[in-house]
Amino acid sequence: MTSGVARRGAELGVLALGVAAPWLAPAWVTQLAFLWLMVLFALTWDVVGGQMGYNSFGNVLFFGLGAYATSLLQRGSHLGYYASLFLGMGLSAVIAVAAAALLGPLILDMRGHYFAIATLGLGVAAAELFAAWEWVGGGSGILPALPPGTVPERNRFFYYVLFGLALATFLTLRWAYRTRFGLVINAIRDDEAKAEAMGLHTTRYKVAAWMLSALFLGLAGGPVAGLAGFVDPRDLAFAGSTFGVWMVLMAILGGKGTLWGPVVGAVIFHAVQEAFWTFLLGWQRVALGALIVAIVVFFPEGIMGWLRARNPGWFGEVVEEPRRGGAQP
Amino acid sequence: MDNLRILIQAPVLNLQLIVDGVLVGSVFALAAFGMALVWGVTNIINVAQGELVMLGGYVAIYTAAAGVHPLFALPLAFAALYLLGWLLYRLVVFRVVGRDLFISVLATFGLSILLQQLANQFFGADIRTARPELGTLFLAGGRVSVPEIKLIALAAALVLGAALTAFLKVSRLGQAIRASAQNPRAARVLGIDTDHVYAATFALNAAICGATGALVAMTWVIHPYLGLPFTVRSFMIVVVAGLGNVLGIPIVAAGLGTVEQYAGFVLGAEFQTGILFSLLVAILVARNQLLRRQRRHLE
Repeated sequence: MTSGVARRGAELGVLALGVAAPWLAPAWVTQLAFLWLMVLFALTWDVVGGQMGYNSFGNVLFFGLGAYATSLLQRGSHLGYYASLFLGMGLSAVIAVAAAALLGPLILDMRGHYFAIATLGLGVAAAELFAAWEWVGGGSGILPALPPGTVPERNRFFYYVLFGLALATFLTLRWAYRTRFGLVINAIRDDEAKAEAMGLHTTRYKVAAWMLSALFLGLAGGPVAGLAGFVDPRDLAFAGSTFGVWMVLMAILGGKGTLWGPVVGAVIFHAVQEAFWTFLLGWQRVALGALIVAIVVFFPEGIMGWLRARNPGWFGEVVEEPRRGGAQP
Repeated sequence: MDNLRILIQAPVLNLQLIVDGVLVGSVFALAAFGMALVWGVTNIINVAQGELVMLGGYVAIYTAAAGVHPLFALPLAFAALYLLGWLLYRLVVFRVVGRDLFISVLATFGLSILLQQLANQFFGADIRTARPELGTLFLAGGRVSVPEIKLIALAAALVLGAALTAFLKVSRLGQAIRASAQNPRAARVLGIDTDHVYAATFALNAAICGATGALVAMTWVIHPYLGLPFTVRSFMIVVVAGLGNVLGIPIVAAGLGTVEQYAGFVLGAEFQTGILFSLLVAILVARNQLLRRQRRHLE
């Protein structure tokens, strides 16, 4: 199949570009590192939001827990920088997954408005509680340990960590969506009552999907804290009105419920956002707010949904029966 | 936790906290009333609710800055936000009526960020207030203080709430709003222009929020980032009272105000917002468990 060859070629191209990018555009390493973070955000949001139909506004919780756990462990331990970073990331992953496992059965049991507002509340509650908690630095947050080496070297190091994490997320999800797990979470999205009636333990799968999402978000927290050089409860770790909304938006822009949609959405959104910072300085947040409204109101199907409506054949669909928001390609 | 001991040793402080809570709750009740109205009629949860409150507050602040008594800002904020609400409905909100629940939440969330950032750009991030020079009443032998402006705010909230209830019961538009909430299709069949009714509902809600904001500016403070806590309070009050329970709203609001005062006093003011949002999650989880048990009973 030519489309298979083309797809494999495109994937290898992206991979080569990702590896070579810090050498091709040394001035942009930080922005590119954040680009991979955005890809990771959009992909992890889409597991629960797009593939399973549970639109969470609180996934940033796991990212924030990761940022705090790694930074605190790095400050507290007497290990070398890299050892403490990777140990911290491991701890972050455990904490984030445990948080998802504990909260999941309670939160994922809600539907519609209630689920959306509950997750929104979860993210803001974490931000405010960490901002009030003196032991973790209160409202001004904490400073993570800094890696040895010059600033460009550090940025390059974090670039590769985040690139690796985004790649790992993508490959894991691609594999997971092909298994029974992928089928079950799609069934939950399409009709949860029916899925349950078929004998599926929907709660178990829902919590598992959230844990999967939390795993990569927790891992990403530490490196981002190192890259940014600070951990702030409201503006970085649990940044609900930036990261928290962006992850939803990027997945929608690209096309939620698809594998490549969030990736495409993240790249476009990040480029637009950087352009706003460059050309609309001072007004960039206003412009972003307007962009959110515009995307949600006028383009809720996303790029992949739009392409799918035009060329169902590309997605391996039979043209007679166009499905809406259908299965992943 | 030391403050807990103070509360037990000086019981009169409890009275102060409860009085403050009820007074602050009366202001929350208005915004919650508006949210219940929009939710019941259009099935949209307006996440931008708090931002409308915030903008109403700025109307009062600029009225006070112009040398007019801020109480006159109440009708002014009501009118200004009515227009803004109408505009928001005609530009954005009507496009998400009847769509996926998630789309309407996200769209109004986007509006909330947009309004918040616009306010930050135009009015600045400073914390401001329009507190008029009024006296303070002392109760219980001078140990409980009640600023008169808060009593005026309570009275204004009661009058406004009563007027709105009467409006919904008696007036032609009010009846059309209630009919559209009950059954939009039947309302259309009977010749009600539901799109117009939705626009009026959303604008009315914005106007209520505007008046609420004016009261907040007079009794409390206004800054561009106070929106989300107000949205969450309104949502919580409506959820606990139950959608459609008009009398429950002021009671739950007074309760929420009191709980917040206690939480702020016992744990420290820096925990107040965190507790508020944790309470939201706790209430939603509890509500869900309760419903779950009821489902079990049915089986």
